[in-house]
Amino acid sequence: MAGPGGDMQWCFSQVKGAIDDDVAEADIISTVEFNHTGELLATGDKGGRVVIFQQEIENKNLPQFRSEYNVYSTFQSHEPEFDYLKSLEIEEKINKIRWLPQKNAAQFLLSTNDKTIKLWKISERDKRPEGYNLKEEDGRYKDPNSITSLRVPVLIPMDLMVEASPRRVFANAHTYHINSISVNSDEETYLSADDLRINLWNLEITDRSFNIVDIKPANMEELTEVITAAEFHPHQCNTFVYSSSKGTIRLCDMRASALCDKQSKLFEEPEDPSNRSFFSEIISSISDVKFSHNGRYMMTRDYLSVKIWDLNMESRPVETYQVHEYLRSKLCSLYENDCIFDKFECCWNGNDSVVMTGSYNNFFRMFDRGQRRDVTLEASRENSKPMQVLKPRKVCAGGKRKKDEISVDSLDFNKKILHTAWHPQDNIIAVATTNNLYIFQDKVN
Amino acid sequence: MSGHNQETQTAEETSMEEKDVQDKMISPEKSEEAKLKSRYPNLGNKPGGSDLLRKRLQKGQKYFDSGDYNMAKAKIKNKQLPTAAPEKTEITGDHIPTPQDLAQRKPSLVASKLAG
Repeated sequence: MAGPGGDMQWCFSQVKGAIDDDVAEADIISTVEFNHTGELLATGDKGGRVVIFQQEIENKNLPQFRSEYNVYSTFQSHEPEFDYLKSLEIEEKINKIRWLPQKNAAQFLLSTNDKTIKLWKISERDKRPEGYNLKEEDGRYKDPNSITSLRVPVLIPMDLMVEASPRRVFANAHTYHINSISVNSDEETYLSADDLRINLWNLEITDRSFNIVDIKPANMEELTEVITAAEFHPHQCNTFVYSSSKGTIRLCDMRASALCDKQSKLFEEPEDPSNRSFFSEIISSISDVKFSHNGRYMMTRDYLSVKIWDLNMESRPVETYQVHEYLRSKLCSLYENDCIFDKFECCWNGNDSVVMTGSYNNFFRMFDRGQRRDVTLEASRENSKPMQVLKPRKVCAGGKRKKDEISVDSLDFNKKILHTAWHPQDNIIAVATTNNLYIFQDKVN
Repeated sequence: MSGHNQETQTAEETSMEEKDVQDKMISPEKSEEAKLKSRYPNLGNKPGGSDLLRKRLQKGQKYFDSGDYNMAKAKIKNKQLPTAAPEKTEITGDHIPTPQDLAQRKPSLVASKLAG
């Protein structure tokens, strides 16, 4: 994407979060999501808090400043809990946030931790009533005998107040840990997926949900794979997909039967058995699955690559992009330090022409499908001057390291970019490092 | 594999050596696997098998019971010992404690630094 003549370049816009290196656990960002217009950007963290940023309206039409986002609302979504029956702690970490399409003045989002999903209403208040008959301005009740005339209270403007209130709590439906939620295109239902089951909910009803996928074996000793992610099709309200730890994706049609254990389509890339190693299954585990906006493709992320699948072809992906192939010769140490189990997410740009995913050392990668170009960029405080253009980074896999390249052994594996998001209509991206949120926009000439 | 050597080796040996080099070149994964197995000889052959998955399903620190959990939380918070507040002396003895009386783990009311 970067380079001479007409290619897209990315500039630093903003960074949110503390500068200090000592990161509190609660501040670790666990999810990032734009709403459907891109005007709002939500983050969730390990401490169970949600922070929502809003695009500055005044700047929306000024190309250079259109990616300025300011804090709009922040609230505690989930609290830590204790499961008394199993003596297990339930983390308050927000695993996923999904926005509902806007229907009225208020905004709604679903946020989930390992066990409970909550529907939050975020509403604005910019007027307040004044001139009550029975109450003083400070709220004390007047002596009724002192009232000699009647007046109509008026609404007067006040400083904008943004309130977040929990409207629904969807609890007690998951034995295992929730990894995904997805709002259906029918805007009435949504699914929640844990390691072994997927449930279908109606947004209005909290005491009931339908189980639509159950892969729990009768004998847990026979367990061979778990569900890693699930998503509804963007337009077909009967279709959803779920990915597994074995690298397969199953597409299910809810019209076929009530329990969608039998998939309509099974997407799996054949593997050369002679290439199989101890690590094969672990690195093939899919950490994220996302439909394209046009609904014709889906993208999966496994440990080393991003794959694009045509929904009409189950036999193999149509495109495969290597994110950090140089890590293949480091799998032993990545297994020892548990990094091999890191769950990277991926995202599409608005017109499905570019895909993005994170890596280590605060690097993130973009793949331009049409132009067959890819770029590695870095989110760091060193490149955070206003509108500073990001320089492409290069990792040296072996041999002689060129100037400006970084060798594989110098990569910081504690600096992971697991969560990224792309504005649905514009070239504005949000990239989360461990505890900071970076916002970048494309360079305007 | 210079031309010199091939004169003194049989064709078989040469091709085996080539395959060896090829193996290492084609499969960095396999050499990583060998490294891992040499460090952990007891590692089972089924990495994605039920052991790993079950460990994953069980994620979350297990406590002996809720008392253990609350003690652990209290240690982390490092707050004053339970003997503090005088009005709570009624907790034991004739007074039957209710959940409201007991020290609870207060939720984190510290605002996120992203909003700072």
